[in-house]
Amino acid sequence: MPDAVLHLEKLRKSFGALVVTDELTFDVMPRELHAVIGPNGAGKTTLINQISGLVAPDSGTIQFAGRDITALPTHARAELGLARSFQVSSILPGFSALENVALAVQSRAGSSFRVLGRAAAEAALNDPAMAALADVGLAERAHIPAGELAHGEKRALELAIALAMQPKVLLLDEPMAGTGREETARLVELLRRLKGRFAVVLVEHDMTAVFALADRISVLIYGRILASGTPAGVRADPRVVAAYLGDEME
Amino acid sequence: MSTTLLAVQILNGLQLGVLLFLVAAGLTLVFGVMDFINLAHGVQYMLGAYLAVAFYALTGSFLSALVLALAAALAFGLVLEFAVFRHLYDRDHLDHVIATFGIILFLNHGVKLVWGAAPLSLPMPELFSGSVRLAEGLVYPVWRLVIIAAGLAIAALLYLLVAHTRIGMLVRAGATNAAMVSALGVNIRRLFMIVFGFGTMLAGFAGIMIAPILSVEPGMGDTVLILAFVVIVIGGIGSIRGAFLAALLIGLVDTLGRSFSVDILRFVMGPSPARTVGPAIASMLIYLLMALVLYIRPTGLFPAKGR
Amino acid sequence: MAVLLAASPARPRGRLRALPACIFLAFALIPVVAPFVGGGYLVSLGSRVMIFAIAAVALDLLVGYGALISFGHAAFIGIGAYAVGILSVYGITDALVSLPVALAVSAAYAFLTGVVCLRTSGVYFIMITLAFGQMAFFTASSLAPFGGDDGLTIAARNTLAGLPLLRNERAFYYLVFACLLGTYLFCRALVGSRFGRVVRGAKENPVRMATIGFDVYRFQLATYVIAGALAGLSGFLLANATEFVSPAYMSWQRSGELIVMVLLGGLGSLDGAIIGAAAYLLTEEWLSRVTEDWKVIFGPVLVLVVLFARGGLIGLTRDLARRLARA
Repeated sequence: MPDAVLHLEKLRKSFGALVVTDELTFDVMPRELHAVIGPNGAGKTTLINQISGLVAPDSGTIQFAGRDITALPTHARAELGLARSFQVSSILPGFSALENVALAVQSRAGSSFRVLGRAAAEAALNDPAMAALADVGLAERAHIPAGELAHGEKRALELAIALAMQPKVLLLDEPMAGTGREETARLVELLRRLKGRFAVVLVEHDMTAVFALADRISVLIYGRILASGTPAGVRADPRVVAAYLGDEME
Repeated sequence: MSTTLLAVQILNGLQLGVLLFLVAAGLTLVFGVMDFINLAHGVQYMLGAYLAVAFYALTGSFLSALVLALAAALAFGLVLEFAVFRHLYDRDHLDHVIATFGIILFLNHGVKLVWGAAPLSLPMPELFSGSVRLAEGLVYPVWRLVIIAAGLAIAALLYLLVAHTRIGMLVRAGATNAAMVSALGVNIRRLFMIVFGFGTMLAGFAGIMIAPILSVEPGMGDTVLILAFVVIVIGGIGSIRGAFLAALLIGLVDTLGRSFSVDILRFVMGPSPARTVGPAIASMLIYLLMALVLYIRPTGLFPAKGR
Repeated sequence: MAVLLAASPARPRGRLRALPACIFLAFALIPVVAPFVGGGYLVSLGSRVMIFAIAAVALDLLVGYGALISFGHAAFIGIGAYAVGILSVYGITDALVSLPVALAVSAAYAFLTGVVCLRTSGVYFIMITLAFGQMAFFTASSLAPFGGDDGLTIAARNTLAGLPLLRNERAFYYLVFACLLGTYLFCRALVGSRFGRVVRGAKENPVRMATIGFDVYRFQLATYVIAGALAGLSGFLLANATEFVSPAYMSWQRSGELIVMVLLGGLGSLDGAIIGAAAYLLTEEWLSRVTEDWKVIFGPVLVLVVLFARGGLIGLTRDLARRLARA
């Protein structure tokens, strides 16, 4: 599609004899929340890793905001506006929550080759960072070392870091993983508020969250998109029900 | 440059390669299975030589000295493992480097205090002390051939052990994913001890075998240590096969490089500059080789953990 | 299986904030106190400690803040020293030429080798830095016109803009002091700066830093070059102090000793590097009078430090202070 902000064309990845991504073609529109669901082992995290650049596909192309980023290194993709969160919280545990986010702001601001001047005291970096933390409800925990945050708070911090990058596309890899019911509800509320600011690719197992948030859903089975469409459409699709949703919706 | 000289140097290169393999095998296994950087492996090689000299003085027999020294070296290695190393497996690499560096200092100066700084020698067994005529004009010391044969035999034995026994399978699994092996219920501590002890014996054995040819002195393990690390880095960490191939490669490159660097360079530059630049390039050759390999394959040629 | 190195804060915390001031005050006072307690010997020992402290602080940038364990750091000291030596053979003896050359050559070597080294990580990084250190060592050993294995004696210390100022022990001492102070302040600023924060972040989680948009490689390379240049400064001063250069300045054992100095004082604190250098060199001075083989004692001490005093001397003092405060 011409105006898709993220377009994957015939992406293919195998690890030895195991084909994890199988001629996958996939689109994300500029401000939609596009959920990707599928059973474990369907290749969802590998897909996210290929989009963000941590894993190189064997063949196929990835287009982002009109540019071919297939060969671009991870940091360059991030600079262009591609942000991601990790399935297992990946933060800087020794830095405070604020500093974690401030680093993302710093990356956006450029000129990181400054060798003098105390970065931790810069309002230009801290103010937007505090704003992002407030967005995710972590404002009071700003100065706690990130390693000491509760599990759900770390997931929120990941979101704050991604937000601070002012992304065009946000890749969320199972943000609700391991969170209790209350925290899940909070994260869903947060994502609902953020919807429409930018495109979101949401990989999730929690079907309640997916159906509450998604504009479109794609079902990934054995590395291929089985079906793609509105939540209602996907829910009713007999192939999807047979292959995946049948048990999930019990 | 005659073919005889070339043949002799090739054999010397093989002998060095085999020696490096004996030292590197233990090193790569310990690193691969336990993720432990053991800089003290070089002094274990040195200790083997010193113990052999000491036991020879007591028994007068090379064979007894060999057996006793191996046993003593193994015992010492196990004590080290128990007292120091086992507490460091969970620490980061820097801690390994510093602690084993401390052991190097301790042993290098310790042997100087016990045996003095003067180089010692170990006579080789009568039976193998001569030279043998391998071809027209090619005479080669028997002992060096013994070393090559012993090394190849041990390489074959290691291959059999690692590829065809249960213990070997555990070692290979451990080198690929130690946490998983432990989670499967294997007594990982015992496995570590066995791997470590075996590696120690190999290093000690190498030291004992080379003692009749080189002089036994403090610090003799330092160069071998660095070469062994170059071997395992090029060969790929955790891989016996990689260590074997890399050891032979390095043995040959280093020996042939030192012998023929001046001659080869003479074709590119004049004889006088070749004589100055040659030896310098020769000593750097293996490091250039390692840098090249790492540039193309940042984790070595056959790493156990895959690329 | 390996536990990640703990985060290195940008600034010293709590009571230890006064530490740098104490250290520099102590160094500043040595030439004043010296005539009463041993004379010139103390001053030259102090110079030597400060010279190695500069190299140790530079190494702490790499090891303590960047988690880049360089086992070839001594090479840059040697390069800086040889710059002085080689130039003096050709009659160029002014510091205004020798110093920039020393800095430039060590920075250049750091850049060229860093480009290759930083493509690797973990033990491969350690080995390849060792390899490049060895290459420098062997090159120096083979330079027959400049002494080769035996080294090169320099006729006299560098002049400063034509004036033989450095020949005065006190003047030289305070020059070294100024260099150490400058190095320390620069590194302290660097560590807390935007640049430093990226390097510290990369130590904790390089993948995260890449996904935020930082090209970690470039930052690490810049740090590597800075550390190399500072070690070159140390070498320049060392050559002038001893009026002698030798390949031994670049041996891998020397590189190991530098890492020990940094660890002994306390990784990732800069102050620790200075304290560690002082502790190591003073121990060497003192114990080598007792026995030439003092390392047979020092070796086990190192092992004990690693096992029980992971934070080095600074860590120990901090623990002690905490325990006293609780009592």
